[in-house]
Amino acid sequence: MDESIRNQESLQSQIGEKDGIGEKLLRMCRQNKLAAFSAVLILVIILMAVLAPVIAPYGEAEQDLLNRLQGPSAKHLLGTDELGRDVFTRLLYGARVSLTIGILPSLISLAVGVIAGLLAGYVGGAVDYIIMRLADIMLSIPSLLLAMVVTYTMGTSTVTLFVALSMTGWASVARVVRSQTLSLKESEYVQAAQSIGVSKLVIMLRHILPNCLPSLIVLFTLNIPSAILSESSLSFLGIGVQMPQASWGLMVNQAKEFLFTAPWLCLSPCLAIMIVVLAFNFLGDGLRDVLDPYMKNQ
Amino acid sequence: MKQFLKRLLGAIPVIIGVVLLIFLMLRIIPGDAVSVLLGDHVSQDTIDRLTAAMGLDKPMWQQFVSYIGNLFKGDLGISYTYGLSVSDMIMEAFPYTVKLTAMAIVFAWAFGLLAGIISAIYQNKLLDRLFMGMSLMGLSMPVFMTSLFLQYLLAFKLGWFSLVSDGSWPTMILPAIALGWNSAGSIARMTRSSLVEVMQADYIDTAKAKGLRYRAVIVGHGLKNAMLPVITMMALQLSSMLSGAVITESIFAIPGIGRLATTAITNRDMPVLQGTVIFTTIIVIAGNLLADLLYSVLDPRIRKGQ
Repeated sequence: MDESIRNQESLQSQIGEKDGIGEKLLRMCRQNKLAAFSAVLILVIILMAVLAPVIAPYGEAEQDLLNRLQGPSAKHLLGTDELGRDVFTRLLYGARVSLTIGILPSLISLAVGVIAGLLAGYVGGAVDYIIMRLADIMLSIPSLLLAMVVTYTMGTSTVTLFVALSMTGWASVARVVRSQTLSLKESEYVQAAQSIGVSKLVIMLRHILPNCLPSLIVLFTLNIPSAILSESSLSFLGIGVQMPQASWGLMVNQAKEFLFTAPWLCLSPCLAIMIVVLAFNFLGDGLRDVLDPYMKNQ
Repeated sequence: MKQFLKRLLGAIPVIIGVVLLIFLMLRIIPGDAVSVLLGDHVSQDTIDRLTAAMGLDKPMWQQFVSYIGNLFKGDLGISYTYGLSVSDMIMEAFPYTVKLTAMAIVFAWAFGLLAGIISAIYQNKLLDRLFMGMSLMGLSMPVFMTSLFLQYLLAFKLGWFSLVSDGSWPTMILPAIALGWNSAGSIARMTRSSLVEVMQADYIDTAKAKGLRYRAVIVGHGLKNAMLPVITMMALQLSSMLSGAVITESIFAIPGIGRLATTAITNRDMPVLQGTVIFTTIIVIAGNLLADLLYSVLDPRIRKGQ
């Protein structure tokens, strides 16, 4: 997946600047089989998560104390946990929580980051200084510790996770949007718009924002796996998603007690996290190749 | 150097901002501290007395000013749960975290650089694919997964290492590998792509034309220039590594800073949580400054102030 300069140049020459995002996406599917496969995989997983109540062979919290800690079998595809719950079923329901917590905070941080970045880049001056120092502050606090501080104040809940993950995510979006705004601000069409008296707000939203869109799609896609990883880490420490909800991180947290007696219990949620994160990373890399070739190596 | 001093001064408002943010976030719930200390069945009079004694009745800004003042003196307050000085607790835990992260960084650098260089030499060959696949897996594995996997395989099944760490060097190897695995992956990928890019520069052709061996060119000319982006990335990773340390410390029972923070959450021990978060963040900021300095020493374009 690593790209050489030569690759990059040939890609750049292939990219007609007039191509719409849709055409670029189609080209990605043709040229980058891995990214296309990842996109399909992600869609399938999302579909399975949405349809969890239909697909799942057992109930989310259905216990069967006579069949505890069983290995994978025809009856229980991925075995059962310490309360005799079907691991495959828990995995499906956990996908709902893990994916929601991956996607929703990424959306929030995208929105906040865009607004902050546009303001910082276009308005400049003190606004720029304050927003960028705030971003610096957010980026220098280790994300897990910041999330722990939020948990201390708000208690453990899904909302806490949203807040904690959005707080860390917006800063990097803001940095990218700001630097793009700064360069677009100097472009001729923005200066032309300024000269005929178009308002600042309209320039930011109609002329600058659409040009940031390709990088934003890439950033959004690459933000999701890191949010999923953070969620699973917090839940693993027991300060994220709480019982009786299932999340992949929480499943590992409970399974780690049985690591040496029932190792498969840890393995399935871990693999689920890894596969989803890998798929989002592949897709993000592929999107970056077609949408934002200049962002590579950054 | 001037550039560096500017960065140094620029870090001060960020540090103050971090302290203010953490300070405020932990105090949104009023009167929490005293109720944690005293439990449920106490009279209002006792609560008021303790609140006054702890200075919690003063306005928020006065509390903040005195906290900042104490911070400069190295005083981070007293733990609610243990009644010990938070700075002493941190100083006791810090060496373990330093040991862990230092070993993880050494592992990440050694393994990442080696894999990256080999991948760049054997570009698009089997070895390259193998290393890059491994590094991509490293990037996609949560720290706890690597930890549990290593713990199961190397400690439980093969018995090469002990299951938990007692803080001594040999028992820290496993947690350090688990913690550094992630970074090793990104260092390998960064080294490879940056080397591949550098190897197309004109001076590499010159070096080759002089008749130097390919490996000598890569190590002597290529690597030196390819290192710059890798160093920047490493500094950015310090933050995620300290996040990861919280998890490895919890899995391998290492009494470091991360453990301090997790137990502070369970005990609702606000001063300890506050102290560890602020302390760790200052370490991260210092690390970034150090990387800046290193960067300017290594890159003559920056050193000469262009």
